[in-house]
Amino acid sequence: MDRFTGRRRNKAEHYFDYSLLFIVLFLLGFGMIMIYSTSSYEASKDYGDAAYYLKKQAVSAALGIAAMIVTANIPYHFWEKFAVPGYLVSAVLICLVLTPLGVKVKGARRWLDIGIGLRLQPAEVAKLCMILFLASMVCRMGKSIRSMKGFATVLMVPLPISLMIWKITDNLSSAIIIFGIAALMLFVSSPDYKKFILTGAAGAGVAAAIVYTIVHMASAENLDFRGERILAWLDPEAYASGKGFQTLQALYAIGSGGIFGKGLGQSMQKLGFIPEAQNDMIFSIICEELGLFGAIAIILLFLLLIWRFMIVANNAPDLFGALLVVGVMGHIAIQVILNIAVVTNTIPNTGISLPFISYGGSSVLFLLVEIGLVLSVSHSIRLKEV
Amino acid sequence: MEKNKTFHRKKIFVAFIIFVLCFLGLGVRLSHLMINCSAYYGEQAKKLHERERSIKAARGRIVDRNGVVLADNKTVCTISVIHSQMEDKEAVIAMLCRELSLEEAYVRKRVEKVSAIERIKSNVEKETGDRIREYNLAGVKVDEDFKRYYPYGELASKVLGFTGGDNQGIIGLEVAYDAVLQGQPGTILTVTDARGIEVDAAGEDRVEPQDGNDLTISMDMNIQKYATQLAYQAMETKQADSVSIIVMNPQNGEILAMVNVPEFDLNEPFTLPADIASGITEAQKQDALNRMWRNGCINDTYEPGSTFKTVTAAAGLEAGVVRPSDTFSCPGYIIVEDRKIRCHKVGGHGSQDFIHATMNSCNPVFVTVGMRLGSEQYYAYFKKFGLLDKTGIDLPGEAGTIMHKKENIGMVELATISFGQSFQITPIQLMTTAASFVNGGRRVTPHFGIRASDGNGVSVKEFSYPVREGIVSSETSETMKMLLEQVVENGGGRNGKVEGYRVGGKTATSQTLPRGSGRYISSFLGFAPADDPQVMAIAIINNPQGTYYGGQIAAPVVRQLFENILPYLEGMNYNRQ
Repeated sequence: MDRFTGRRRNKAEHYFDYSLLFIVLFLLGFGMIMIYSTSSYEASKDYGDAAYYLKKQAVSAALGIAAMIVTANIPYHFWEKFAVPGYLVSAVLICLVLTPLGVKVKGARRWLDIGIGLRLQPAEVAKLCMILFLASMVCRMGKSIRSMKGFATVLMVPLPISLMIWKITDNLSSAIIIFGIAALMLFVSSPDYKKFILTGAAGAGVAAAIVYTIVHMASAENLDFRGERILAWLDPEAYASGKGFQTLQALYAIGSGGIFGKGLGQSMQKLGFIPEAQNDMIFSIICEELGLFGAIAIILLFLLLIWRFMIVANNAPDLFGALLVVGVMGHIAIQVILNIAVVTNTIPNTGISLPFISYGGSSVLFLLVEIGLVLSVSHSIRLKEV
Repeated sequence: MEKNKTFHRKKIFVAFIIFVLCFLGLGVRLSHLMINCSAYYGEQAKKLHERERSIKAARGRIVDRNGVVLADNKTVCTISVIHSQMEDKEAVIAMLCRELSLEEAYVRKRVEKVSAIERIKSNVEKETGDRIREYNLAGVKVDEDFKRYYPYGELASKVLGFTGGDNQGIIGLEVAYDAVLQGQPGTILTVTDARGIEVDAAGEDRVEPQDGNDLTISMDMNIQKYATQLAYQAMETKQADSVSIIVMNPQNGEILAMVNVPEFDLNEPFTLPADIASGITEAQKQDALNRMWRNGCINDTYEPGSTFKTVTAAAGLEAGVVRPSDTFSCPGYIIVEDRKIRCHKVGGHGSQDFIHATMNSCNPVFVTVGMRLGSEQYYAYFKKFGLLDKTGIDLPGEAGTIMHKKENIGMVELATISFGQSFQITPIQLMTTAASFVNGGRRVTPHFGIRASDGNGVSVKEFSYPVREGIVSSETSETMKMLLEQVVENGGGRNGKVEGYRVGGKTATSQTLPRGSGRYISSFLGFAPADDPQVMAIAIINNPQGTYYGGQIAAPVVRQLFENILPYLEGMNYNRQ
């Protein structure tokens, strides 16, 4: 024991959060297994290759791990000067979706073709850039953030990007996540509570009012499709062939999993009943195959991950580092919570992927870059100070 | 660069706690779904995944009285391709073209079509299916199925009938005994993916089908075959529209043969003869098919003509209004009210007793007997003999008798009825009625079905049929046999005489409506042996060209039939039981 601590003191003055890294790697590996389990049947039918999705995801993950290693070894202050260009670049990338470079998949124009068969989702870039930009901006603002003006400014900054993502790429969920990240970073950087509680209460009130209005509208005819989503959320079985279809199928999967699940690979719902189950609905297949125990285990892993983020953020040598980590923490936590909430029909259905586990190249790539940033921050923690 | 302050840490911790609470909430929600709602959603999901597929039960066979199979099942194959499983499309195309003798373009189109499963050809012979299976090409599927198969093709087509795609009888015995033959289909409960493709790994629940019972019928395939030959021969030589022959055991109503030529091929029941098939509408085609499938012996009625004089004679004898020794005088006609009804012999038969009047088939004599009975009594006998009821034969669509209303029978009507005109009955009705006159007065139910037996030949059910006793007295029956034997021996039916056998019978030549059209129906009803009838046959030639007298063209048909089947039946001895 003595020898061990002694060596640690001598060799590594700087901290490195290995537990965080291992949790991420475990989630990635687990995600690969679940993607293969979930997609192999449909992939072999559609492409004649059971590992079609697995292979594509593995390439993205490998790229992501490389990017993570590089990012982790670059001092995070290096990125500060890219805050403004990053913000602009993400805006431009979102607009590029409208050009011929944009790729439409299943009716949604959300991707950019970057050649060699790879596709990039600008929304994922925007999330990373937003974290960087806000962290940098809050640090520059200093105490002025405590004023009402400062509060409003920080909330205004993500708005254009959020709106663009919502309106141009028709991706409300990513817009909500970006706004949520900003809100969390603002919450952390301001000592005040009252404003947040009030704003939160107001937001909840508005949401409740909207739901109330939609439910009590005489006819469903003048509802747009988001309105119908609300109704399908409240009673998925009444909309079983329409907006409630995916949710209901996910509930069937979750429910038939029971406490111990059917066993890995034994899901029935993945056989085409849940379309593209390897994407946003992968958590329902985890529930079906691994049961309540598997699902709780995954939730605990994410909780552990978020706890590690908190530890790193609280020990970061400066506010910029702390805010970067808080941004990443917000991104992953919000996305996990919303994803599971959607899959379990706790909130209305909107497309959100489960970090590290859902199929999606851009998502896993940029998440790993974010982890790289957090590792870089953790690396700069001086052990003496801990 | 601002420092990371205490309140920042506190806030990060608060944020963490909020996240923890969210996760906790989701955990509770998940537990609720996966514990409390698990049974409900699990059941719903199961319903979605399971599919019930029925397994056809093999339809029972129809066999003749000696066990010759008349309707059987054949295993046929359906060849399909599964697009996603095919590896070497060219090899598949080449093989299918070769084995199924199909056009390459046709096969290519189907093989290259992107679909879950594409049918290439159904009703493929089992040997071909087996050969295709042996190629072992990925993505080629060979499914076996039963198909009804009639080994003798045309034989007794209108009696046996055929089945439709769902294993249900469409006409004939296949309909009448559908419940016996059909069996109980089984089911397989399989688990399928969203496209309906079965998942092999999942276990299946199987309820075995129960095969249908075999039906033994009274038909004798050899007699049926020979009668068919004779009918075709008569139809061709007389250029007739159609010829019907029924052969029945008058003692118990078992039908040994029932022929209606032209018959049709039971294995191709929806194919019309080439000369009709071209250039007709769908409705016309259906009409033509229905006509082709009609069993004239039971579905159609006709004016029986002189064969019906047996009924007048039996009624007269039974009522005591005539005795064989009674003498009559025939001037060649008889006046009834204002009508002059002619005898077929223009000069008249002169003085004759009733035996000779029957031998001569003398119209005025039978009109006289009818008059002696009176319309009231004649109608009562008509009814008593069962002529107003259907015979109850076990075939679908038996036509009823078309008869005057009792109150409308005047003298003229009575006179025409007496020699078999102005009303209509089916051939089977005439046969059944005539049988009761020569079998001692029992009205039997004509039938085919004898027994239902399971796949091992063990009898499941013996069919029994009602018999009505006392139609005529045994004395009347004896007299009738004597009279009818005389008709063949020395009278108008002498062409029906068979060397070495005592044959009784009666001829008929009736003009079809409207009168004067030159269309006739010639018939002969015969039975043997005349003193103890074991077999009765009727031959009906519809619209013959040239000579049309029943005694000259129908009687020889029955004679030829008897010449062959009487020795044969003695050998078979069907009545020994």
